[in-house]
Amino acid sequence: MMRDQKLWTWHVVAGLVVLVFLGLHMTIMHLDEVIPAASLNPQGGHPIDWANVAARGKTLFFPITYVVLLGAALFHGLYGFRNILFELNPPGALKRVLGWLLALAGLGLFAIGTWAAIAAHRVALLA
Amino acid sequence: MSNEIRGDVTYRIRRFDPDRDAAPRWQESRIPALPGMTVLDGLWKIKETTDPSLSWRSSCRMGVCGSCGMLINGRARLACNTQISELGSAIVAVAPLPNFHIIRDLVPDLSPMFTAHAALSPFVIREDAAEQENPSGEFGQTPHELEQYLQFTFCIKCGCCMAACPTYATDPAYSGPMPLAQAHRYNTDTRDGGFRKRREALAGEAGPWRCHYAGECSRVCPKGVDPARAIQLMKRQLVLDYLRLWRPRRPAAIIPAPAEVRRRPDVPEPPARTV
Repeated sequence: MMRDQKLWTWHVVAGLVVLVFLGLHMTIMHLDEVIPAASLNPQGGHPIDWANVAARGKTLFFPITYVVLLGAALFHGLYGFRNILFELNPPGALKRVLGWLLALAGLGLFAIGTWAAIAAHRVALLA
Repeated sequence: MSNEIRGDVTYRIRRFDPDRDAAPRWQESRIPALPGMTVLDGLWKIKETTDPSLSWRSSCRMGVCGSCGMLINGRARLACNTQISELGSAIVAVAPLPNFHIIRDLVPDLSPMFTAHAALSPFVIREDAAEQENPSGEFGQTPHELEQYLQFTFCIKCGCCMAACPTYATDPAYSGPMPLAQAHRYNTDTRDGGFRKRREALAGEAGPWRCHYAGECSRVCPKGVDPARAIQLMKRQLVLDYLRLWRPRRPAAIIPAPAEVRRRPDVPEPPARTV
């Protein structure tokens, strides 16, 4: 039974993905004056100005990174939350129910977030 | 020594007789503290002079057998290896190791620990069983390879690490620091080829995944073993194994005894094998 070995490995991989993409997010949002990359904020001004958000959203790179970051963050966070809940030593049946509830919550949030990223990309293309 | 206790010390001992008590209770005894006296010596003094019904496990009196693990002034230690003077207090509170059922007084039921230990196959596993029974030479191992697991062989299975582990306290499926450190000890031994067999258990709930790296197991170990390190190294090994970035090596080959060597006349023959 490799279940925990598999889940832990993906937990670590998801953590690395979050680290990289959160680093990218912090660079774009908070280091715009230190690293003034024209491709990230092509319209100048603040990174969250609509013109810059729309310009980034027109590319495929940013919607894809949003979805990857969302998936990694949800898996990493919910698996960690599952571990915390399991430390309360619930009975086996409740463990299975909690596992399924967290998986469904994660999939639901991922579906909503993915839809939002695609919708934002389409709006940006029209802008 | 500045923390030398002079005069009497008070032992607060957690007592429990399953035939008589509904719950554990505390009992106090005063004994004279002599220089060099260990906590175990004090327990013997109380048993000889005050209460012969007091029960605990002990054997070697030199920190080797691992029998006398107890909670002494809030920390899991060996009673034989702990001088009263080093506690720095005139009160010696002694209780059985936490995280185990109490059989009687200071005697914990360590069988769950040994069951978890046995489940992880803590021995050298090889396919050449005949060679192990009747060795024709030595299994080759360099000093560097020995150093990778040597400290984990110092474990005496006293259970202090298990008593200090906050994860083992709440999760009965978790194997605990001692069994996991011993599984890592054999996984790291180059003479061993049992990684895949042990992985069957380690990859599931019994494995190292619930460890938070609190590090208490390593802090309390009376033999200076670092089980927390073993568990983190084991996690890394299992993650790399899942990602196919690491393959267990073949167990070390036999180095045959040299044939062309002539014994010096002043060196006597070794005694005949008895096993």
